[in-house]
Amino acid sequence: MARIAGIDLPKNKRGEIGLTYIYGIGRATAQKILTDAGIGFDKKVHEWNDDELNKIRNIINEAVKVEGALRSENQLNIKRLMDIGCYRGIRHRLGLPVRGQRTKNNCRTRKGKRKTVANKKKATK
Amino acid sequence: MSRSLKKGPFIDFKLEKRVLEMSDGKKKAAIKTWSRRSMISPDFVGNTFAVHNGNKFIPVYVTENMVGHKLGEFAPTRTFRGHSGSKDKGSK
Repeated sequence: MARIAGIDLPKNKRGEIGLTYIYGIGRATAQKILTDAGIGFDKKVHEWNDDELNKIRNIINEAVKVEGALRSENQLNIKRLMDIGCYRGIRHRLGLPVRGQRTKNNCRTRKGKRKTVANKKKATK
Repeated sequence: MSRSLKKGPFIDFKLEKRVLEMSDGKKKAAIKTWSRRSMISPDFVGNTFAVHNGNKFIPVYVTENMVGHKLGEFAPTRTFRGHSGSKDKGSK
Protein backbone atom coordinates (compact mmCIF):
# COMPACT_ATOMS: atom_id res chain seq x y z
CA MET A 1 0.00 0.00 0.00
CA ALA A 2 1.52 3.25 -1.12
CA ARG A 3 0.64 6.10 1.18
CA ILE A 4 1.89 9.56 0.28
CA ALA A 5 0.91 12.84 1.91
CA GLY A 6 -1.86 11.15 3.86
CA ILE A 7 -3.51 9.69 0.77
CA ASP A 8 -3.74 6.05 -0.26
CA LEU A 9 -2.79 5.76 -3.89
CA PRO A 10 -4.69 3.35 -6.13
CA LYS A 11 -2.61 0.20 -6.58
CA ASN A 12 -3.33 -0.78 -10.12
CA LYS A 13 -2.83 2.50 -11.90
CA ARG A 14 0.21 3.75 -13.72
CA GLY A 15 2.41 5.86 -11.48
CA GLU A 16 1.82 8.97 -13.54
CA ILE A 17 -1.94 8.67 -13.00
CA GLY A 18 -1.79 7.35 -9.44
CA LEU A 19 0.02 10.42 -8.19
CA THR A 20 -2.75 12.68 -9.45
CA TYR A 21 -5.01 11.32 -6.70
CA ILE A 22 -3.14 13.68 -4.40
CA TYR A 23 -4.67 17.16 -4.21
CA GLY A 24 -2.25 19.56 -5.85
CA ILE A 25 -0.66 17.08 -8.24
CA GLY A 26 -1.85 16.87 -11.81
CA ARG A 27 -0.42 15.11 -14.81
CA ALA A 28 2.36 17.61 -15.40
CA THR A 29 3.53 17.67 -11.79
CA ALA A 30 3.29 13.88 -11.56
CA GLN A 31 5.47 13.47 -14.62
CA LYS A 32 7.99 15.93 -13.26
CA ILE A 33 8.17 14.10 -9.92
CA LEU A 34 8.65 10.74 -11.60
CA THR A 35 11.33 12.09 -13.90
CA ASP A 36 13.19 13.59 -10.96
CA ALA A 37 12.94 10.29 -9.11
CA GLY A 38 14.09 8.36 -12.17
CA ILE A 39 11.02 6.15 -12.34
CA GLY A 40 9.21 5.30 -15.55
CA PHE A 41 5.71 6.74 -16.04
CA ASP A 42 4.34 3.32 -16.92
CA LYS A 43 5.35 1.58 -13.72
CA LYS A 44 2.26 0.72 -11.69
CA VAL A 45 1.94 2.10 -8.19
CA HIS A 46 2.16 -1.34 -6.52
CA GLU A 47 5.37 -2.07 -8.43
CA TRP A 48 7.24 0.73 -6.70
CA ASN A 49 9.67 -0.57 -4.08
CA ASP A 50 10.32 1.19 -0.79
CA ASP A 51 13.34 2.99 -2.18
CA GLU A 52 11.37 4.54 -4.99
CA LEU A 53 8.50 5.40 -2.68
CA ASN A 54 10.81 7.25 -0.35
CA LYS A 55 12.34 9.12 -3.26
CA ILE A 56 8.91 10.26 -4.36
CA ARG A 57 7.96 11.23 -0.83
CA ASN A 58 11.07 13.32 -0.43
CA ILE A 59 10.52 15.17 -3.68
CA ILE A 60 6.92 15.92 -2.76
CA ASN A 61 7.93 17.08 0.71
CA GLU A 62 10.53 19.46 -0.63
CA ALA A 63 9.24 20.80 -3.88
CA VAL A 64 5.47 20.46 -4.07
CA LYS A 65 2.72 22.00 -1.96
CA VAL A 66 -0.05 19.46 -1.55
CA GLU A 67 -3.23 18.62 0.36
CA GLY A 68 -3.80 20.58 3.58
CA ALA A 69 -1.09 23.17 3.07
CA LEU A 70 -2.33 23.94 -0.43
CA ARG A 71 -5.97 24.05 0.62
CA SER A 72 -5.27 26.46 3.45
CA GLU A 73 -3.18 28.65 1.18
CA ASN A 74 -6.07 28.87 -1.26
CA GLN A 75 -8.46 29.67 1.56
CA LEU A 76 -6.16 32.43 2.81
CA ASN A 77 -5.93 33.96 -0.66
CA ILE A 78 -9.71 34.06 -0.92
CA LYS A 79 -10.03 35.40 2.62
CA ARG A 80 -7.61 38.22 1.81
CA LEU A 81 -9.76 39.23 -1.17
CA MET A 82 -12.86 39.21 1.02
CA ASP A 83 -11.22 41.21 3.78
CA ILE A 84 -10.00 44.06 1.62
CA GLY A 85 -13.47 44.36 0.13
CA CYS A 86 -12.46 44.43 -3.51
CA TYR A 87 -14.74 43.36 -6.32
CA ARG A 88 -13.44 39.81 -6.44
CA GLY A 89 -13.86 39.48 -2.69
CA ILE A 90 -17.44 40.66 -2.87
CA ARG A 91 -18.20 38.09 -5.56
CA HIS A 92 -16.71 35.37 -3.37
CA ARG A 93 -18.90 36.52 -0.51
CA LEU A 94 -22.03 36.43 -2.61
CA GLY A 95 -21.16 33.04 -4.07
CA LEU A 96 -21.27 34.32 -7.61
CA PRO A 97 -18.73 33.91 -10.43
CA VAL A 98 -15.62 35.99 -9.83
CA ARG A 99 -14.16 36.44 -13.28
CA GLY A 100 -16.83 38.36 -15.11
CA GLN A 101 -18.93 35.50 -16.47
CA ARG A 102 -22.56 36.17 -17.24
CA THR A 103 -25.04 35.42 -14.51
CA LYS A 104 -28.30 35.83 -16.42
CA ASN A 105 -28.31 32.08 -16.80
CA ASN A 106 -25.92 29.20 -16.16
CA CYS A 107 -23.09 29.57 -13.60
CA ARG A 108 -24.76 26.80 -11.59
CA THR A 109 -21.43 25.68 -10.19
CA ARG A 110 -21.18 28.85 -8.15
CA LYS A 111 -24.85 29.43 -7.48
CA GLY A 112 -25.76 25.85 -6.61
CA LYS A 113 -29.02 24.15 -7.45
CA ARG A 114 -31.70 26.17 -9.15
CA LYS A 115 -34.08 27.92 -6.79
CA THR A 116 -37.39 28.10 -8.55
CA VAL A 117 -39.44 31.20 -7.96
CA ALA A 118 -43.17 30.59 -7.88
CA ASN A 119 -45.41 32.54 -10.28
CA LYS A 120 -42.50 34.13 -12.03
CA LYS A 121 -44.14 33.87 -15.48
CA LYS A 122 -47.24 35.74 -14.41
CA ALA A 123 -45.28 38.64 -13.01
CA THR A 124 -43.54 39.38 -16.31
CA LYS A 125 -46.71 39.83 -18.36
CA MET B 1 -4.42 38.76 -19.69
CA SER B 2 -2.25 40.68 -17.32
CA ARG B 3 -0.28 43.77 -18.19
CA SER B 4 3.26 43.42 -19.48
CA LEU B 5 5.82 43.78 -16.71
CA LYS B 6 8.04 45.73 -19.04
CA LYS B 7 5.67 48.68 -18.88
CA GLY B 8 5.41 48.75 -15.12
CA PRO B 9 2.22 49.50 -13.21
CA PHE B 10 -0.17 52.10 -14.61
CA ILE B 11 -0.91 55.03 -12.34
CA ASP B 12 -2.54 58.21 -13.55
CA PHE B 13 0.16 60.84 -13.55
CA LYS B 14 -2.01 63.48 -11.92
CA LEU B 15 -3.14 61.13 -9.19
CA GLU B 16 0.38 60.06 -8.37
CA LYS B 17 1.40 63.72 -8.06
CA ARG B 18 -1.50 64.40 -5.70
CA VAL B 19 -0.56 61.45 -3.52
CA LEU B 20 3.06 62.48 -3.26
CA GLU B 21 2.01 66.04 -2.36
CA MET B 22 -0.27 64.65 0.32
CA SER B 23 2.41 62.57 1.97
CA ASP B 24 4.78 65.56 1.97
CA GLY B 25 2.25 68.00 3.36
CA LYS B 26 1.14 65.66 6.16
CA LYS B 27 -2.40 66.94 5.87
CA LYS B 28 -4.92 64.20 5.43
CA ALA B 29 -8.01 64.53 3.36
CA ALA B 30 -9.72 62.21 0.94
CA ILE B 31 -8.32 62.48 -2.57
CA LYS B 32 -11.18 62.74 -4.99
CA THR B 33 -10.48 60.77 -8.11
CA TRP B 34 -12.13 59.42 -11.21
CA SER B 35 -9.10 57.33 -12.03
CA ARG B 36 -10.46 53.89 -11.20
CA ARG B 37 -7.90 52.38 -13.56
CA SER B 38 -4.90 53.38 -11.47
CA MET B 39 -2.97 50.67 -9.73
CA ILE B 40 -2.54 51.13 -5.99
CA SER B 41 1.16 51.62 -5.37
CA PRO B 42 2.88 51.30 -1.97
CA ASP B 43 2.92 55.11 -1.71
CA PHE B 44 -0.86 55.12 -1.47
CA VAL B 45 -1.03 53.15 1.78
CA GLY B 46 -2.66 55.07 4.62
CA ASN B 47 -4.41 57.58 2.39
CA THR B 48 -8.12 57.77 1.86
CA PHE B 49 -9.41 58.04 -1.69
CA ALA B 50 -12.82 59.07 -2.81
CA VAL B 51 -13.22 56.86 -5.84
CA HIS B 52 -15.93 57.67 -8.34
CA ASN B 53 -18.32 54.85 -9.12
CA GLY B 54 -20.16 56.66 -11.88
CA ASN B 55 -22.62 58.20 -9.46
CA LYS B 56 -20.96 59.09 -6.17
CA PHE B 57 -17.54 59.04 -4.61
CA ILE B 58 -16.92 55.99 -2.48
CA PRO B 59 -14.41 56.46 0.35
CA VAL B 60 -11.65 53.87 0.19
CA TYR B 61 -9.06 53.64 2.92
CA VAL B 62 -6.00 51.98 1.43
CA THR B 63 -4.24 49.31 3.46
CA GLU B 64 -1.13 47.34 2.71
CA ASN B 65 -3.09 44.34 1.44
CA MET B 66 -4.61 46.40 -1.35
CA VAL B 67 -1.33 47.17 -3.09
CA GLY B 68 -1.38 45.84 -6.62
CA HIS B 69 -5.13 46.10 -7.05
CA LYS B 70 -6.81 48.89 -8.96
CA LEU B 71 -8.73 51.66 -7.24
CA GLY B 72 -11.90 50.80 -9.12
CA GLU B 73 -12.06 47.36 -7.56
CA PHE B 74 -13.05 48.95 -4.28
CA ALA B 75 -15.87 51.13 -5.55
CA PRO B 76 -18.61 48.88 -6.95
CA THR B 77 -20.53 50.37 -9.86
CA ARG B 78 -23.65 48.25 -9.61
CA THR B 79 -26.29 47.98 -6.95
CA PHE B 80 -28.10 44.72 -6.48
CA ARG B 81 -30.56 44.54 -3.64
CA GLY B 82 -31.90 41.06 -4.31
CA HIS B 83 -34.91 39.88 -6.23
CA SER B 84 -38.41 40.83 -5.25
CA GLY B 85 -39.38 37.32 -4.19
CA SER B 86 -36.55 36.42 -1.85
CA LYS B 87 -36.81 37.56 1.75
CA ASP B 88 -33.32 37.15 3.20
CA LYS B 89 -31.59 39.29 0.57
CA GLY B 90 -33.84 42.29 1.08
CA SER B 91 -32.47 43.03 4.55
CA LYS B 92 -29.16 44.20 3.20
